[in-house]
Amino acid sequence: MQWAELWASLDVGSDIALANAIGREIIAAGLEHREFIENATTGFDDYRRGVEPYTLAYAERETGVPADVIRTMAHEYARAPRAMICWTLGITEHHNAVDNVLALVNLSLLTGHVGRYGSGLNPLRGQNNVQGGGDMGALPDRLPGFQHVENDEFRSKFDRAWGVAVPPERGWHLSQMFEAMERGDLRALYVIGENPLQSEADQNHARHLLEGLDFLVAQDLFLTKTAELAHVVLPASAAWCESEGTVTNSERRVQRVRKAIEAPAGSRDDLTILFDLARRLGRNWGRPDAETIWNEVRRLSPMHAGMSYARLEKHGGLQWPCYDEEHPGELFLHSRLWERPLRGPRVAFVPVEHDPPVDRLDAEFPLRLTTGRRLDEYNTGVQSSAYHSPLRRGESLDVSPEDADRYGLSEGEVVRVRSRRGAVEVPVRLDEGLRPGLTFMTLHFPDDVATNVLTIDATDPKSGTAEFKATAIRIERLGV
Amino acid sequence: MKPEPIWFQPPPPPSRPPAAPGRPAAPPVEVVIDGQRATVPGGSTILDACRARGVDIPTLCFLPTLTPVNVCRVCVVEVTGSRVLVPACSRRVEPGMTISTESERVRVSRRMVLELLASSVDLSTAPGLHDMMTRYGAQPERYGPAAVPAAAGARDRREPGHHQAPDGARAETVAQPVKVDNDLYIRDYSKCVLCYKCVEACGVDAQNTFAIAVAGRGFDARISTEADVPLPDSACVYCGNCIGVCPTGALMFKREHDMRAAGTWDESKQRTTDTICPYCGVGCTLSLHVQDNRIVKVTSPADVSVTGGHLCIKGRFGFTFVEPPGKDSD
Repeated sequence: MQWAELWASLDVGSDIALANAIGREIIAAGLEHREFIENATTGFDDYRRGVEPYTLAYAERETGVPADVIRTMAHEYARAPRAMICWTLGITEHHNAVDNVLALVNLSLLTGHVGRYGSGLNPLRGQNNVQGGGDMGALPDRLPGFQHVENDEFRSKFDRAWGVAVPPERGWHLSQMFEAMERGDLRALYVIGENPLQSEADQNHARHLLEGLDFLVAQDLFLTKTAELAHVVLPASAAWCESEGTVTNSERRVQRVRKAIEAPAGSRDDLTILFDLARRLGRNWGRPDAETIWNEVRRLSPMHAGMSYARLEKHGGLQWPCYDEEHPGELFLHSRLWERPLRGPRVAFVPVEHDPPVDRLDAEFPLRLTTGRRLDEYNTGVQSSAYHSPLRRGESLDVSPEDADRYGLSEGEVVRVRSRRGAVEVPVRLDEGLRPGLTFMTLHFPDDVATNVLTIDATDPKSGTAEFKATAIRIERLGV
Repeated sequence: MKPEPIWFQPPPPPSRPPAAPGRPAAPPVEVVIDGQRATVPGGSTILDACRARGVDIPTLCFLPTLTPVNVCRVCVVEVTGSRVLVPACSRRVEPGMTISTESERVRVSRRMVLELLASSVDLSTAPGLHDMMTRYGAQPERYGPAAVPAAAGARDRREPGHHQAPDGARAETVAQPVKVDNDLYIRDYSKCVLCYKCVEACGVDAQNTFAIAVAGRGFDARISTEADVPLPDSACVYCGNCIGVCPTGALMFKREHDMRAAGTWDESKQRTTDTICPYCGVGCTLSLHVQDNRIVKVTSPADVSVTGGHLCIKGRFGFTFVEPPGKDSD
């Protein structure tokens, strides 16, 4: 914010109202990219009708952003020679996460700010291999290389390569798994490198479901709170410095990770554990070797085909898609949309409607709590708590000076924060960067302050992401 | 089965891979370098033009990833028609320029710069400078034995203004106690040659944090936080990008500093392995310096496109979770 020319400080969960108003203003001012819309998209008329009610006055009311700021944003974005929309979990950790993203996609289609150098849509990944995990098929409906599991042509390729029949139906995403636990349809869980007991929304509920499983396996570097619950713990080595392999960063760059140190005695790398497990289940996969497996990925996933270890080494990583060993990788995606005649299908505008957060504010729970990270910490602190950060100050409820005045709070005072699901006690910290009505916490110190006791597990039906970003709370002073 | 028309089948690839738009190249320039005629790219610096032709010019305050600040004067060369020597790192070539990179005047100037530095600064962890001093025959000892080191904070309290001329019997130095005010890195300004690299990396060239600047004038000039506060009270975000660019070891991992003090730091036993940071999705390359199966230092190569060698606090210092608990002495 300190470096921005414009700061649209919006009410949490009003992103679609803002984006649609920007879209409406761009159209009203005649700044849409007509050539691009005409030749590369479908559904513009529906979109135009869809955003018609999103006037600047309506958006100011719904988002809290002044109308002239929205108008300036719309005009600057549409007129810029290059413009990029970057976002992180503030867009996607909502009950309507996919709609939030579509609202931004619509803006890029409207202005032609996609598929060109320096323009585009950029969802910044928050973990070093969250992109690679999805690319490798750690999604309920995809095989490696985003090949849909319900597509017979793609699936039969994997059937042949692996000598098994891959189930033809998509599986469950994380939130659906928890729902299935609730129904009793999911009785066994194998967790690799994640701490869902502390990272899931509505933590008391998540614990209850995990405790009810017939069989829980945790494969991790640490005896996390999830691992403490597990029936079997498989100690793993650290993928980034105790074993070989690849990760894929936010710009789709596949990068080599290398073994630098020996893992502690008794721990094994993920591949060895999985190969041993296969052996116990009656399949001999041979010797676990990262490069051999990577070459199998290259055979089965066309977008990775050109990325040999030798080329990854030589080029400092390559960006997918990279179809053959001559291919340089794609610096940015969707450049086909600027070819005339158009190559491939048009891209559709998908009109979406504003729908405020599920956890409504009212007289009883009048404040909005949003969660996020701090610079020096990381997620539930499993990794970052080990080093001695001079910036560390523990968990706090960050409030605006205005709200501190209103509720008579002082810096460092321990308060009880209550949501409709639970309560935690936490010290107050004043933050001038927050607007009145908005408060902030992290999940970095879950053993001290279990922030996810407060959060709501209302999830997006399309992506399964929980609405971590929007909790309704009240502050209760202790001993008053 | 519900159709998913947008992403069920991947769209066809573009007819050719997308690329960055080309930049118009300035017309080439004719120059003379050490008596040899040369055609070099227009707009390039003297340093670039010379290095591209295999002519070595020493540098101290220059790094390709930082904006030149022209302070060290080690890279100066002689340009015909110029009254003063010019810094090769920032002066751009001009048509017809005649450049001498190792003339007697250049060599004397470089020797003098190196002698003044070496007589006043502890260069014990700056091996690159020793090679330079040998090359130019620098003899810093001719300034006499070192003066008494300053007490802690004394140099930081010096005010601008006229100073008494020293008697010349002893070499004035910047020697002072090491500043140790956090668990991640130390600042040993006895080893600081005031190359400004840390200031540039903290500022516009990498981090945009501006936690440090040069305070004071003349021989009192020193790198300082705002009002000389300890780092934990400053704007420092502990990215350590200053450590990454420091050429003399004045800025150092606390772990390295402690190991050197204990006599256990042994670069002959160290191996460096490049891997990717385990934290966020940027994908910074970490060069892990390992001694006795323990990560003792983290650097990042400047020639990697992702961040040009710059890291954040987690990437540079957040590796200790792979070590046994309790063994971490720092």
